[in-house]
Amino acid sequence: MSEYIEHDQQGLSVGIVARKNFTFAAPPSEMVLENGTRFGPITLAYETYGTPAADRRNAILVLHALSGDAHAAGIHSREDPKPGWWDIMIGPGKGIDTDKFFVVSTNILGSCMGSTGPRSINPATGKAYGHNFPLVTIGDMVRAQKALMDHLGIEKILAVIGGSIGGMQVLEWCVRYPEMVFAAVPLATTTRHSALAIAFNEVARQAIMADPNWNHGDYYQGPRPDMGLAVARMIGHITYLSDEAMRHKFGRRLQDKSDFSFNFDADFQVESYLRYQGTKFVERFDANSFLYITKAADYFDLERQHGAGSLVGAFAKGKARFLVVSFTSDWLYPTYQSRAIVKALKKNGLEVSFCEIEAEWGHDAFLLPNTRLTSLIKGFLERVYTEIRQQ
Amino acid sequence: MSTLKFDNNSIRFDLQIIAAWVAPNSRVLDLGCGTGDLLSYLKTRKKVRGTGIEHDEEKVAQCVEKGVTVLQGDINAEVLDYPDEAFDTVILSQTLQQVYEPAALLRTILRIGKKAVVSFPNFGHWLVRLQLLLTGYAPVTRQLPYEWYDTPNIRVISIKDFRRFARTVGFKIFKETAIRVNGREGRTIGFIPNLRASFGIFLIGK
Repeated sequence: MSEYIEHDQQGLSVGIVARKNFTFAAPPSEMVLENGTRFGPITLAYETYGTPAADRRNAILVLHALSGDAHAAGIHSREDPKPGWWDIMIGPGKGIDTDKFFVVSTNILGSCMGSTGPRSINPATGKAYGHNFPLVTIGDMVRAQKALMDHLGIEKILAVIGGSIGGMQVLEWCVRYPEMVFAAVPLATTTRHSALAIAFNEVARQAIMADPNWNHGDYYQGPRPDMGLAVARMIGHITYLSDEAMRHKFGRRLQDKSDFSFNFDADFQVESYLRYQGTKFVERFDANSFLYITKAADYFDLERQHGAGSLVGAFAKGKARFLVVSFTSDWLYPTYQSRAIVKALKKNGLEVSFCEIEAEWGHDAFLLPNTRLTSLIKGFLERVYTEIRQQ
Repeated sequence: MSTLKFDNNSIRFDLQIIAAWVAPNSRVLDLGCGTGDLLSYLKTRKKVRGTGIEHDEEKVAQCVEKGVTVLQGDINAEVLDYPDEAFDTVILSQTLQQVYEPAALLRTILRIGKKAVVSFPNFGHWLVRLQLLLTGYAPVTRQLPYEWYDTPNIRVISIKDFRRFARTVGFKIFKETAIRVNGREGRTIGFIPNLRASFGIFLIGK
């Protein structure tokens, strides 16, 4: 996902919010990861917006994508007015209405935005984990989120919502903890990466690993592999847009010049944009986290993990009501992948709504202001909130 | 919360008849559900568990906004995914005349549903017959408002045609009603329906 900082046009906001931490799985009660190793302690950074209902049945879990964090809405302080990554969607009267719902937004295991990840200090050695950090999976991330839900006393989640890798977590939640998920909104996502998606991730990872500063993941004492991470981010950005979006946004326009420079400076606007995005990204993100999270996304395979190769089998355990949304110009997770989800849900007799939104902005469309997406989510949440209270 | 609340009383006359044939608390699939008026009505009035299929994004969004479960897609393709008898009633309201392979679709509908309700504009109506006879042009009526070159209605069906179609394809007609509509209002036609009714509505099964 790209970083879009969009303030709500109407100025509606959850206001000043604070990041919280939840730590669990301290030795000797480590979490057993999918790869078989024991791991702990684990800290998850999270934020909450709105107020939990007395019966805790108004909880919504929001899950971010590759480079996101727990800060999904509001601002951290008057001095730091940067709103959360989904401030356009979460807030009073918005698509995810904080006047009604209690929203939990958590950072994923393996990230570098406050949760335990490769950059964290291993308490056993006093040094950063680096390449000794275990290869966590989407399943491990979701199991950690389950521990957070238990900690918050939430037994039934009204809706789990997320896009892209966040959407993978949504799907994982539905089959791993079917009793806990009343409704699910997977956006612009897939049950498993295509070869194309894995290919882009691999090229991005190679860019990081080819940076001499990477040093096999052991770089926290010295210079960081910034160049590699910046290139990795540039590759990502290409996949988040679309031919149409790039044509409109940049075309072949030149950046601050009227003719070619006949050297390897950034002549084209698109070059300049990618360089800027790459440079900006290294300021806030850790290269190792990028490696670990993209690998987790590549390994994610709902049919293999939960359905012995069958997606219909994987969803057999599912109980949630679904709203599946894809975007016409998303070529990273094209609509056919969302349709495969819908098909499997139908075969299992599960209630599913599906909408393919006409949008030119490619995969990133789910993060951008979109009245269609907002009204879909709003309408769906209204409905399931009515249904959960009738039970 | 949407301020534009759907008024449950303003459902179209033909949809009221269809709704009357749907059992309370049953499972319903509405093919070509439009903005979800019928499903919304059935959900509120009869506690029906409904799903609609609609190809138009705008209409799909309106369904979701009013709390109706809906899939954006082509009805001919979407029906194939459902298991046998997944629904008590499958509704094909004013869509049959646009279906490329009606026999195949009806067979699938009666596989995934125990019963089906099919409605269509009656091409046997006297006004249609008279127009062609007197003017020599392809008929254009309130129920079939298109010119021959822009109509989505690729099938021409009369009430009698549908009865014969039932025998050919091999399904049973449990109930049939012919209606004449005027705006949202309407009334049933008992006497020579194939000549006097603007719509035919059939409840069919295997």
